[in-house]
Amino acid sequence: MQKPFYVKILLVATLLLGFNAFAQDKDNQSVDEKGSVKAEIKEFIAHHLLDSHHFTLFTIDEENNEHFGFPLPVILWDNGLKVFSSSKLDHGQAVAEVDGEHYALYHGKIVKTDAQGTINYDAEGHATNVKPLDFSITKNVVFIILVSLLLIFMFSRMAKTYKGNNIPKGIGRALEPIILYIRDDIAIPNIGEKHYRKYMGYLLTVFFFIWIINLLGLSPLGVNVTNNIAVTFCLAIFTFFITAFTANKNYWKHIFWMPGVPVFMKVVLAPIELLGTLIKPFSLMIRLYANITAGHLILMSILGMMFIFKSWMGSSMSFVLASALSFLELLVAALQAYIFTMLSALYFGMAVEEPEDH
Amino acid sequence: MEKLIEQFSFGLFFWQLLLLIILLLVLRKVAWKPILNAIEERESGIKDALEAAENAKKEMQNVTADSERLLQEARIERESMIKEAREMKEKIVADAKELAQVEADNMINQAKTAIEGEKKAAVADIKNQVATLSLEIAEKVIKEQFSDTGKQLKLVEEMVSDIKLN
Repeated sequence: MQKPFYVKILLVATLLLGFNAFAQDKDNQSVDEKGSVKAEIKEFIAHHLLDSHHFTLFTIDEENNEHFGFPLPVILWDNGLKVFSSSKLDHGQAVAEVDGEHYALYHGKIVKTDAQGTINYDAEGHATNVKPLDFSITKNVVFIILVSLLLIFMFSRMAKTYKGNNIPKGIGRALEPIILYIRDDIAIPNIGEKHYRKYMGYLLTVFFFIWIINLLGLSPLGVNVTNNIAVTFCLAIFTFFITAFTANKNYWKHIFWMPGVPVFMKVVLAPIELLGTLIKPFSLMIRLYANITAGHLILMSILGMMFIFKSWMGSSMSFVLASALSFLELLVAALQAYIFTMLSALYFGMAVEEPEDH
Repeated sequence: MEKLIEQFSFGLFFWQLLLLIILLLVLRKVAWKPILNAIEERESGIKDALEAAENAKKEMQNVTADSERLLQEARIERESMIKEAREMKEKIVADAKELAQVEADNMINQAKTAIEGEKKAAVADIKNQVATLSLEIAEKVIKEQFSDTGKQLKLVEEMVSDIKLN
């Protein structure tokens, strides 16, 4: 007996929701003073927004450093490859010793220390310890892998149902309209009938990747990958390079030697246009990063207000607010994916525009 | 901005880059190509089917028109055939009538001739019989009259008196 897909999702969600509630309950009990609650919430949010070397599902006891989750592999490049489990770091409480070198966590980053885990500070209070190149499979990387696998699983299954009669079955029925929407309302109008096909793979992948990963960020697991500047930078740089490599002569002509304007203006416009090509993907990067970060920050702040108010009015108010905001964030998750895809398509369209098109 | 740059994790960027490239390549091969191809195939299939239906409709109209025309032609032909048949029938009947008339006339003429002949023969026969009978009667009368000698003498006398000696 196979349960329907949504039943499975609901089961998993309920299970995770339970964990999260439990975790918050514990947090509530362990702290009494208002000020320290505020500080803790602030720290919790800051921590939540950062990547982590340990896959923490919830914290059992902050003071005794008890967390429920599983350690992830740490991979460092420091005069050779160093691989060890993040359990050695023990959430920043311990110094890991690997091949005679010592490493510790400092603000979520791995730094090289001595055997005692001493952190050296400079005059401005920044740590001066050497930071080795960190290729660790962090929580975010795990999530990127999970989402990638999910996407491959979902869409390869969907593709298989098309065999024979070209009619989708199962989840494909829900996904096909989205694919058609991206094709007919994003790709074709922006890029044009002639060239759109070669960009479809990227547009579809990026749309579903951002959307699904944003949605999972809203799940009680709360691993928000797209609020990492590195991730959005990577996505934006893809759009930039695809635009640059598929651009035709006309596109470059419009950048370096704008036709139809006086020579003086051509010279002035060239650096502006060139800067524009960089600003476009840069805006993509910042937009996605800022929207998701802001959404999580506000949502978690409002959730945190429950513990600060500690009155039935304030708590229920923030509960209602948080619920409303969650729905808004669901919209934002899809909207940001849409905007990213839409603007990428727009830039690709500029890159392949023919001179007679306007 | 400074915080952003500080936050930038090269490791995460590296993994995202690697995984995104893999994801792009894999999805392109196992998902997007077959899905988009299937959708396009289906769309062109629907388009073809619609066109085929339109063509079939047109053909159907043509066929209907054709059959209508054929029916019309058949009707005209039938009418002309009926007309022809009627004419033929009339002609045959007329011919037969004419032939019958001629035959009848011939027969009547023959009959008339035969009757005439019979009549003449009968009349001749009657004439003969009348003559014979007359002669017999006359004979008998004469015989009767001349049985008496006085009468014979008287007759002779009369006859002699009639004869005038000229």
